[in-house]
Amino acid sequence: MHGYANPARFLKIARWFTMPLLVGGLIVTAAALIWGWMSSPPDRLMGDSVKILFVHLPAAWLGMGGWTAIAIASLVELVWRHPLAAISARAVAVPGAVFAFLCLASGSIWGRPTWGTWWVWDGRLTSMLVLLFLYLGYIALTNALAREGSSSRIAAIFGLVGAINVPIINRSVVWWNSLHQPPSITMGNSAIDPVYLYPLLACVLGFSLLFGGVVFARMRAILADAQAEARLRRKAQKAELAQATPGDA
Amino acid sequence: MTDSATKGLKPKHQRLVLLSLALVALIGAGLLAAWALRNQASYFYLPSEIISEAPAPDQGVRLGGMVEMGSIAEQPDGTTIRFIVEDGTAEVPVSFTGIAPALFVEGSGVVAEGKMGADGVFVADNLLAKHDENYMPKELEGMTREQVRQQVKATLE
Repeated sequence: MHGYANPARFLKIARWFTMPLLVGGLIVTAAALIWGWMSSPPDRLMGDSVKILFVHLPAAWLGMGGWTAIAIASLVELVWRHPLAAISARAVAVPGAVFAFLCLASGSIWGRPTWGTWWVWDGRLTSMLVLLFLYLGYIALTNALAREGSSSRIAAIFGLVGAINVPIINRSVVWWNSLHQPPSITMGNSAIDPVYLYPLLACVLGFSLLFGGVVFARMRAILADAQAEARLRRKAQKAELAQATPGDA
Repeated sequence: MTDSATKGLKPKHQRLVLLSLALVALIGAGLLAAWALRNQASYFYLPSEIISEAPAPDQGVRLGGMVEMGSIAEQPDGTTIRFIVEDGTAEVPVSFTGIAPALFVEGSGVVAEGKMGADGVFVADNLLAKHDENYMPKELEGMTREQVRQQVKATLE
């Protein structure tokens, strides 16, 4: 893994991956959504609103997957001090927050016609909202640390502590009575009819590719930012030196 | 951890051990908290819970369970319905006046917000429909897995 610790080598790979992931993600997502929305019949009870599932479930998975990735990157940063770990965690936070928000928004729109309410404070909805707030706090913290040039270790600890929320979201509908239904897809089992399941999995793939593309693009941007700053700092130092010893210039 | 125990460890491994211990403690704390919340964090009471630990007459509670088959009865005033919520072991009669959500049907889940009446009838002032985890088109409703497979195959051929 330390082979990719060198940002130059990583950038070479990232440059190659970013566009295919973004373009591929857009194409797969668009195709999967059209497939799902056009081909699948109305649900026996929910009618056409079942089609919100094609956005809601991938967004929920990626929202939770994003924080899992932040937790793993934080562990790698704290233990192995891998130079790219903090950068990848920072890069994941923004798309993760977007997907968590998308999950909450689509779920709310879906809840109105099916449950009869936009929002309830049950275990699943509340813990997912907590995840969105954790993302926002994490983004604010990492931005502040980067601005001050401080160590990102405190953010890594935040990332690890916040990870306790992910299994709580996952188990909330099993541990506690909730308005949200129990999981439809568990290890190798699905309560979702194949006419919905296959387009749904295609949507998950498309959204995941997009997520990956955005993460690579953001990692490159963060690295470029750091590089530009270092260059400016060197320039300023050189200028200072030149002023201090006019004869040498 | 004694000095002799840590001396042999590389800093990297020392950090890994410390962090693992911290994570185990954190997960333990989280699980304990979730365990302690197991009653309070529930969104509603099941009929058996409401019968065994009856709430105070004027206390607002939520009752959740399945709407018993054939139990929905419209009252003469035209806006009130009565039905029975059950959880397999106990059942509670519910009365509700107002517009029920579209997914409120017999044999499906419901969450009723309201108060327990003195006569044992739960008076709901709001109904929420609870969907189950199954997603299925109308045409395939009530079929077994094998029948669905054959139906899909027949459509494709």
